[in-house]
Amino acid sequence: MNYMDQAQVEKRMKRRVTTNKMMRKLFLGSTLFGLIVLAILIFRVLYQGIAWIDWNFLTGTLSTNFENAGIMGAILGTLWLMLVVIIVTLAIGIGAAIYLELYAKKGKLQELIQTNIANLAGVPSIVYGILGLTLFVRLMEMGSTVLAGGLTMSLLVLPIIIVASQEALRAVPGFLSEASYGMGATKWQTVQNIILPTAIPSILTGAILALSRAIGETAPLVVIGIPALLIPFPGGLTDRFTALPMQIYYWTLDASLTSEYANLAAATIIILLLLLFILNSTAIIIRNKYQQRF
Amino acid sequence: MNTILNERKDNTVYEAQSQSTESHNSIFETNDLNLWYGNTQALKNINLQIPEKKITAIIGPSGCGKSTFIKTLNRMVEMVPIVKTSGDIKYNGTNILNRDFQVEDLRTKVGMVFQKPNPFPKSVYDNIAYGPRIHGIKNKKVLDEIVEKSLRDAFIWDEVKDRLKENAYGLSGGQQQRVCIARCLAIEPEVILMDEPTSALDPISTSKVEELVQELKKKYSIIIVTHNMQQAARISDKTAFFLNGEVVEYNDTETLFSNPSDQRTEDYITGRFG
Ligand SMILES: Nc1ncnc2c1ncn2[C@@H]1O[C@H](COP(=O)(O)OP(=O)(O)O)[C@@H](O)[C@H]1O
Ligand SMILES: [Mg+2]
Repeated sequence: MNYMDQAQVEKRMKRRVTTNKMMRKLFLGSTLFGLIVLAILIFRVLYQGIAWIDWNFLTGTLSTNFENAGIMGAILGTLWLMLVVIIVTLAIGIGAAIYLELYAKKGKLQELIQTNIANLAGVPSIVYGILGLTLFVRLMEMGSTVLAGGLTMSLLVLPIIIVASQEALRAVPGFLSEASYGMGATKWQTVQNIILPTAIPSILTGAILALSRAIGETAPLVVIGIPALLIPFPGGLTDRFTALPMQIYYWTLDASLTSEYANLAAATIIILLLLLFILNSTAIIIRNKYQQRF
Repeated sequence: MNTILNERKDNTVYEAQSQSTESHNSIFETNDLNLWYGNTQALKNINLQIPEKKITAIIGPSGCGKSTFIKTLNRMVEMVPIVKTSGDIKYNGTNILNRDFQVEDLRTKVGMVFQKPNPFPKSVYDNIAYGPRIHGIKNKKVLDEIVEKSLRDAFIWDEVKDRLKENAYGLSGGQQQRVCIARCLAIEPEVILMDEPTSALDPISTSKVEELVQELKKKYSIIIVTHNMQQAARISDKTAFFLNGEVVEYNDTETLFSNPSDQRTEDYITGRFG
């Protein structure tokens, strides 16, 4: 007896082939959806904002008159923020990663810490904002300064940097550290001369990506009370400041009253995107340039 | 030197063997050395005396504990956290398994060459200078001299003298391994441990390394693990045959290969197993 009825097989064949083709289109559609939405977004932003970008806009101070408004203050604020974040997170992040990956005894406690760091990376940014407000702005009486903002942002991205650095350290082949220990090097000498230099390109890549997350964040800045007002350019850690995403946020709110503010917001978005693009490209260049081969 | 805890009641095995070691001083001496990875015992009652300025070969099938044994001699085996040992290993008379023993000091005197060439991803020069630098030598002229001498002693100077600033990973596998040997020589050890140093190399590089090992014997005590019995027979003075974590037979290489006293040794060297 024949189990394979040829007529039936023929009939099903058609359906199977059609389903196959449809699935392909479905997945392509998913990909295109993301790309198209992104393209529309970028197009709209460019369309609305590009004409508003000129030298005055880049170097000018904020103004109640939208025609004269500039974002130099916000750009400087964002750069100051980056400076604090990169110093704090690299120092603490690499240190914590080295401890967890190379010194801490593998066990229950280490596992617990590890899990919690991963969880912290998923905590909504506004929660970090509240923490920053309580701890830095109020308790430590820093006010809404560059330092308070930078520290808050640092808390936000620290878990990301720690995890990325740990992965980078773990990726350093064991045979390299063995060679070093085998010559009588101490642990610190091995970490300092072999493990860190080998891992540093990946660590930097992770840090830059984390940094680009930090400068795009708005919620924590809103919570710690960063204004978008006519304030002098920030010149130091203890100065008040505003930052690019704050500027975008307030101008977008204002757009309901005066529609030109929407154009200013779009123009600022272009600048912020440009900055993010530069950061991410730097990360990719570092990764490709210093990739080790063993 | 020995701790009271480690004092042994009977020394019979060890004395019996010390008679067969002729007049040579031994650089390493293990007494009832046992080693466990967790609950699995990898070394069982090892009693060996390893002579100074000779080549001692360790042979045996895969997994019999050869690597474990030589990594115990510079305490690299402790990198595996679950390792436990008992017995003692005397290096120049001092028990190196003693807790207080400074491993960094031991590893400065007992260098190691690994199975897979493992240069650092640095220049050839920095690879060789690494050891001297971690031991505090900063003077550029001194470092230059050490680098040249070590590379010459490792028979690789002529091949790399124009490439000292290049990354060591640009060299061939055989050259990398000789750079690793030179790197080991740069710390001026007394003993060089080699764990299957030619198993990742082609035949030509292998014979170069073998030639080099023969030459090094004049100045260093060498303990070489090898999978390759011809290699052991060609280059070593003494050979220990390991099986399942035990030393089945330890003797002058010539005797062991021409007239093995244990049936299992004979089976192994005639290729009946392993
Ligand atoms: N890191 C380790 N953890 C647990 N067991 C190990 C480890 N390394 C080696 N062993 C075990 O110890 C035994 C001896 O291994 P090894 O010394 O590498 O043998 P060889 O070098 O002779 O091939 C093997 O049974 C192996 O499975
Ligand atoms: Mg081995």
